[in-house]
Amino acid sequence: MSYVESLTLTLPELVLTIGALVLLLVAGWAGDKATRAISWASVLLLFVAGLTLNCGQGVAFGGQYQADAFAAFSKVLIYFAAGASILIAPRFFQLADGSHVGLRAEYPILILLACVGMGMMVSAGDMMSLYVGLELNSLAAYVLASFMRSDSRSAEAGLKYFVLGALASGILLYGISLVYGFTGTTSFAGIAKAYGEGMSMGKLFGLVFVFSGLAFKVSAVPFHMWTPDVYEGAPTPVTTFFASAPKVAAMGMGVRLAVEAMGSAADQWQQIVIFAALASTVLGGVAAINQTNIKRLLAYSSINNVGFALIGLAAGTKEGIAAVLTYLAVYVVMTIGSFVCVLQMRDAEGRPVENISALAGLSRSRPGLAAAFAVFMFSLAGIPPLFGFWPKFLVFDAAVAVGLLPLAAVGIATSVIGAFYYIKVVKIIYFDEPASDAMIPASTLVETGLMTATALAVSPLGYLAIPILATLSGRAAGALF
Amino acid sequence: MMSFPLLSVMIAVPLVAAAVALFTNATNARWIALIATLVDFALGIALWANYDIGGAQWQFVESAPLFGKFAWALGIDGIALMLIMLSVFLMPICILASWEAIEKRVPEYMAAFLLMESLMVGVFAAQDLFLFYIFFEAGLIPMYLIIGIWGGVNRIYASYKFFLYTLLGSVLMLIAMMWMAQQAGSSDIPTLMNYDFPVHAQSLLFLAFFASFAVKMPMWPVHTWLPDAHVQAPTAGSVILAGVLLKMGGYGLLRFSLPMFPEASAEFVPLVMGLSLVAVVYTSLVALVQSDMKKLIAYSSVAHMAFVTIGLFAFNRQGIEGALVVMLSHGLVAAALFLCVGVIYDRLHTREIARYGGLATNMPKYALFFLLFTMASIGLPGTSGFVGEFLSLIGAYEANSWVAFVATTGIILGAAYMLYLYRRVAYGELDKVDVAAMPDMNKREWLIMAPIAAVVLWMGVYPESFIAPMRADVGVLLARIERANPPGDAQLKKGAAKPVVAAEHAPEAAHGEGQH
Repeated sequence: MSYVESLTLTLPELVLTIGALVLLLVAGWAGDKATRAISWASVLLLFVAGLTLNCGQGVAFGGQYQADAFAAFSKVLIYFAAGASILIAPRFFQLADGSHVGLRAEYPILILLACVGMGMMVSAGDMMSLYVGLELNSLAAYVLASFMRSDSRSAEAGLKYFVLGALASGILLYGISLVYGFTGTTSFAGIAKAYGEGMSMGKLFGLVFVFSGLAFKVSAVPFHMWTPDVYEGAPTPVTTFFASAPKVAAMGMGVRLAVEAMGSAADQWQQIVIFAALASTVLGGVAAINQTNIKRLLAYSSINNVGFALIGLAAGTKEGIAAVLTYLAVYVVMTIGSFVCVLQMRDAEGRPVENISALAGLSRSRPGLAAAFAVFMFSLAGIPPLFGFWPKFLVFDAAVAVGLLPLAAVGIATSVIGAFYYIKVVKIIYFDEPASDAMIPASTLVETGLMTATALAVSPLGYLAIPILATLSGRAAGALF
Repeated sequence: MMSFPLLSVMIAVPLVAAAVALFTNATNARWIALIATLVDFALGIALWANYDIGGAQWQFVESAPLFGKFAWALGIDGIALMLIMLSVFLMPICILASWEAIEKRVPEYMAAFLLMESLMVGVFAAQDLFLFYIFFEAGLIPMYLIIGIWGGVNRIYASYKFFLYTLLGSVLMLIAMMWMAQQAGSSDIPTLMNYDFPVHAQSLLFLAFFASFAVKMPMWPVHTWLPDAHVQAPTAGSVILAGVLLKMGGYGLLRFSLPMFPEASAEFVPLVMGLSLVAVVYTSLVALVQSDMKKLIAYSSVAHMAFVTIGLFAFNRQGIEGALVVMLSHGLVAAALFLCVGVIYDRLHTREIARYGGLATNMPKYALFFLLFTMASIGLPGTSGFVGEFLSLIGAYEANSWVAFVATTGIILGAAYMLYLYRRVAYGELDKVDVAAMPDMNKREWLIMAPIAAVVLWMGVYPESFIAPMRADVGVLLARIERANPPGDAQLKKGAAKPVVAAEHAPEAAHGEGQH
C-alpha cells in the first residue's frame, strides 16, 4: 500500500488536522474577534471531513488505521455532534458569566482536535493508534471542561476529568501492555489470532483491564463516578459535546475492539458487558431520582442509556452491533436536543439556570420549548411512539435473538425505573404551577432550528427513517464481521 | 378488500385535528375537537355499514411495510369493529362533557383527547404485533398528561401510579413479542394467531402478556392504580379510561393470549378464575363502603371486568360472547355513570356521596338517567348489562359451576352497592341548601346522556345487532382453542350413568343462576 493511498484513506482526519492548525493560527493573529468566523469555518470543516468519508475504504498505514463503513457511520455521528456543540456555544458564553466577554476562539479548534482523536479511535486497527487517538481526544476534552476559567465549578470539572481520565488511561494502557505481553502484538488482527488460539490467565487479565478502561470512557457503571460531576461543572455546550460525540467514539472503539480484536473471547467479555449494562441501567435509573440539577440528571440519563446500548454489544451479533449503532445515532440526536433545551434555561439577566424546579410551569410560559423538552424526556425514557423507543427495541431484539432472555427481561424492567425521573421532569414542566423566577424567552435561530429539527427527528416521524437507518447501521456492523 | 384506507383515515383525522387544535384558542379548539370526533364517528358508522358480516375474517386490510422490522398493517374483525365503534362513539361525548368543565389550557386538553382517540383506534385496528405495542403503550403519554394537568388534588400521585404501573406491566410483554416474532418469523397478528408455539414456552409467554393485560384490565390484585386514576382524572378522562382503555386488556387477552397460547391459557384457567372471583367479591365489598362516588364506580369497574375474564376463560361460546358484550356494555354504562357523577360534580364540586341527597326532587330528569344507568350496571333485564353478565355466567356455569356460583354473588353485591349509592344520592330528604339549588340537566347534558341511554337499551333489547358481527370471529377463536379446552365439572357429570338427566339440568340451572 502506497503512502498516497494511506493518506487518501485518512483524508477526514487530515482535513480536520490541517484545518484546525490553520484556524489556530488565524485565532492567534485575529484574536477573539474572529471567533464567529472560526466557529463557522470549523463547522464547514466538519462538513467537508464528513464528505471525504466517501473517499474509499481500506486499511492504511500497515493496519494502523481502517477506513470502513463502521468508522464512517460513527464519524458522521461524531461530526454532527461536534458541529452542534460548536453552534450552540457562542450565546452561552456571551451570557454565562455576566461579563459578556464572549466565546474564546480556541473553543471550536479544540473541538476539531478532539474530533481528530475520536476519528482515530473509531478507525483504529492497532492498540497504539487507538491509544493515541484516545489521548488526543481526552487532552482536548480536559481543556474544554475547564473552559470557563472564571468559574470554579468548571475548573473543578476539568481537574476531576483530568485526574480520573488519566487513571482510566492508565488502566487501559496497563491492559494493552498485558495484551501485548501475552499476544506479542498490538495489531487487532494479531490479537484476534492470539485470542483465537485459546485463553490464558495473562490474556484474560489484559482483556479485563482493557474493558475496564473502555467502561470508564463510556461512563458505564462501576466506572461512572466522574460523569455527574464533570457534566455539572463543564459549561453546558461542552457538556453537550461530552454527552454525545465522545460517547459515540468510545462506544465505537469498544465495539471494534470487542468484535475485531477479541471476538473469539466473546464468552469472557460478554460477562463484563452484561454486568456493566445492567448495573448502568439500574444505577442510571435509581441515582437520578433525587437529582435537582438538570445537568446531573442528564448525566445519569446518559449512564442509563449507555447501559442499554451495551445490551446490544452483549448480544455480540451483527444485529446487536447494528442495534448499538442505531442506538448511538438516536441517542446523539436526543441528547443534543435535550441539552439545547437546557441551554434555554436562563434567569432574567441571562445567566444559566440549572435547577430542575426552575422548569415549573414552563408549559405556560413557553409551550414550544416545553413540548420539545417533554418529547426528549419521553423519548429518552423509550416510551413509544417516540423514536427513542426504537433503538431500545433493537438492542433487546438482538439480545432475545441470541437467547439472552434474562438479560432482556431484567434490562427492560429497569427501564421503568428510569422512566420515573423522566416523567418527573415532564411533571414539573406540565403539572406544576409556574415558578417565581420565570425564564426569559430568548433563543437564537440556530438553537430554535436545532431544537425543532431534533424534536421532529425523535417524534413518531422518525419511524419513517427506520429503513435507511437499518441499511446504514447494518452495513456498518457488517464491516466488523 | 377496499382500496380506500378507511382505518388509516380514522387514525389520521384526530391526529391532524390535534395538531391544529394545539395552535388555536379555547373556543376553536373545542369546536375542532367536536367536529373531528364527529367525523370519526361518521367514518365509524361507514365502517360498520360496509363491514361484511359473515365475509372474510379480516376486512379493511391495509399493509405498508414502512418500518423495516414491522409494518403499518391494519385490519379489523368483528370484535375490533365493535370496540372501535365504542371508542368513536364515546369520544364526541367526552368532548361535550369537557365543554365547560375544562377551563384552563383547553387547546392542549383537546389535543390530548384527540391523540388518545387515534391511538385507541390504532390499538384495535393494528395487525402487526409491534404496531399494536406502539399504539398500546403510546396511550400512556396523553393519559398521563390528562390526569396530571387537569386532574384533582392528588393528581400527581395518581398520574405517576398510572404511568409506572402500566409501563411495568407491559415491558415484559415486549420481550415476549420479540421472541414470538423471531420464533414464528413474522410479526403479523393473524399469522401468529394460527402459529403453534411450543407448549413449554407458552406458559412464560402467557404470563408476560397476562402481566400487561391484567394491569390494564385491571384484575385484582394489580387494580390499585385504577381507583386513584379514576378519582383524580377529569370526568372525560374517567370516561375514556373506563370506557375504552380498560377494554384494551380484555381485547388483548382475546386477541393474543387465548388464540396464540391455547394450552397455556387452559393451564392458567385456575389462576385467572381465582383472581377474577376474588375481584368480583372483594372489590364489590370494597365498593360498598366507599364514600367517594368515583371511587365506588371505579371499584365496580374492577368487579365488572372480572366478568369479562371469567367469560373469556370459560372456553365456550356463551362465555366469550358474554365477555364481549360485558366489555361493550361496561364501556357504555361505566362511561355514563362517570358522566352522571360529572354532571353533579360540575355543580357542587365534590364527589363525596354524603354531600348529596334527595336529588330526585329537584333534578328529576337527571335522577331518571342515573337510575337507568344504575340498573344497567346491576344488570337488570332490558339493559345491556343483563345480556353480557347473563351470557358470561352461563358460559362460566358450563365450565365450572363453583365459578358461576361465586361470580353470581357478585351480581347481588353489585345491586347492593349501586342501589345504596343511588339511594344516598337521589333519594332521602333534600335537606342541603346548596344541593337543593342545583338546576336539572341542561341541553348539553341531555346530548351527552341520551345517546348512551339509547344504546344501552338497544343493546339490552336487541343485542343481536352487536353480537352478529362478532359471531363468526368467536367461532374462529373457539375452533382454535378447542383442543386445549379444559374439562369442566358439568361435562364430567355428563359422562356419568344418567346423561339425559344431566343434560337437561344444566341449562335450567344456569338459567336459574342468571336471574338472580
